[in-house]
Amino acid sequence: MHFHYLDRYQHKHSAIHNLDPRLKMVVTLLFIISNLLLPDGAWGAFLLAWGGLLCISLMALLGITYTATRAMIVLPFALTAVTIIFTIPGQPIFSFNLSSYPLIATDNGLIRFGSIVIRSWLSMQMAILLTATTSFPDLTYALRSLYVPQTIIDIISFMYRYLFVLTDEATRLLRARESRMARHSTYRSGGSILWQARVAGHMVGQLFLRSYERADRVYGAMLARGYNSEQPPPALIPRSALRFQDWVSGALAVVILFLLQIIGRF
Amino acid sequence: MTLTINTLNFSYPDNHIALKNISLQIRRGEKVALVGPNGAGKSTLLLHLNGLLMGHGEIQVAGLPINKANLPLIRAKTGLVFQNPDDQLFSPTVFEDVAFGPLHMGLPEKEVRARVQQALAQVGMSHYVNRMSYHLSVGEKKRIAIATVLSMDPEILVLDEPSAGLDPRARRNLMTLLHDLPLTMLVSTHDMAMVREIFPRMIIMDRGQIIADGATTVLMNDTALLEAHGLERP
Repeated sequence: MHFHYLDRYQHKHSAIHNLDPRLKMVVTLLFIISNLLLPDGAWGAFLLAWGGLLCISLMALLGITYTATRAMIVLPFALTAVTIIFTIPGQPIFSFNLSSYPLIATDNGLIRFGSIVIRSWLSMQMAILLTATTSFPDLTYALRSLYVPQTIIDIISFMYRYLFVLTDEATRLLRARESRMARHSTYRSGGSILWQARVAGHMVGQLFLRSYERADRVYGAMLARGYNSEQPPPALIPRSALRFQDWVSGALAVVILFLLQIIGRF
Repeated sequence: MTLTINTLNFSYPDNHIALKNISLQIRRGEKVALVGPNGAGKSTLLLHLNGLLMGHGEIQVAGLPINKANLPLIRAKTGLVFQNPDDQLFSPTVFEDVAFGPLHMGLPEKEVRARVQQALAQVGMSHYVNRMSYHLSVGEKKRIAIATVLSMDPEILVLDEPSAGLDPRARRNLMTLLHDLPLTMLVSTHDMAMVREIFPRMIIMDRGQIIADGATTVLMNDTALLEAHGLERP
């Protein structure tokens, strides 16, 4: 059931889906690095980067709004940079008092803040594009080929595998609670907020305990099949070498990102 | 009638049809078993009985139709116990778990305590009141899970696979408990021997439909029918 809600991979046949996962992973990283390197206020370059991203989205048959809306999830995190508006020196734009402490927003601060928000939003969109066009096994394969430590890949794989188990478990707990959230015909139902919070806290604790025990059992099952953390099993890499279209796409991406850097500096 | 279901249909969001034209009635005091292979729709049906799932059709519990407005009242009338007692017991102590329903209903403390005592006494677990739910055996957890809905004073007790995973003695204790509880019951199970001993009436489900509904003594002798739907005569 939850598989459909959680799995971000979109089963489609497109040129982008067919590209080698290693290449897509590298280009995604380069795109993110390029975003970070663009100077503050390089709005034109940001816009062009977004345009390029939309082109890939369209080629991957995902539609124009697919990544843009999903990437909004990054905004609350980017908001933590809001203090920059007041701490970077520059022309004052507006000011107000926080209790008795005056806060002055500067033009440079606003430009820096806007750039950070856009950078995170663009980077998130590219990551979403990657996961929407690359299946999970392909992603781990790409990570392994890029020499990411096996332990980290294992952690990512386990997280993905047991995310579904965890959501199922949480759903069942919530259902069991909901089943007993009854009303009496004469009394006011619901209980105090403090009590409800305590119950919710206990439920989170339960989930943790169970995950902890499950991890023990899973590890036991791994040991039973000969798992040895010092010497992980050799990875099976049955993949072919990069094909012509992979090299061309990769080269094209590098050239475009390079041009973006130049445009962003004028 | 304690439970009336009229042409209930339900499909999951992916269009998988889970329940097809389910109609049944259960009289006050009846003990009914719900059997059928895995994936037959038994659990889906049970989730409808207190409105956790809402299909198309009509369901009445003790004369009260299930709809959005009635849900809080329905939840007290249908005592739904889940298969895995760990899902049911989410509080640190047995007392808090059994008290959850009554506390949520806003009952005064004195009555909450009385109901917890009574519910635990009904399942024979009175001296467990201050134990930690997490450290009990599966059989004990099962009984406590049943107590957590008995404390809401339900009209009908709905159990999902109560005897699964129990050792013979715990299973026997549970059967005695189900036999002695003077309540209307609808119990989904694979335990055919338990069905024959405790439930005078049984309903066979398969592929989201009711295949047969009748006296256990009659249906249990229809070996062809049982085998056609993945069941076995005990």
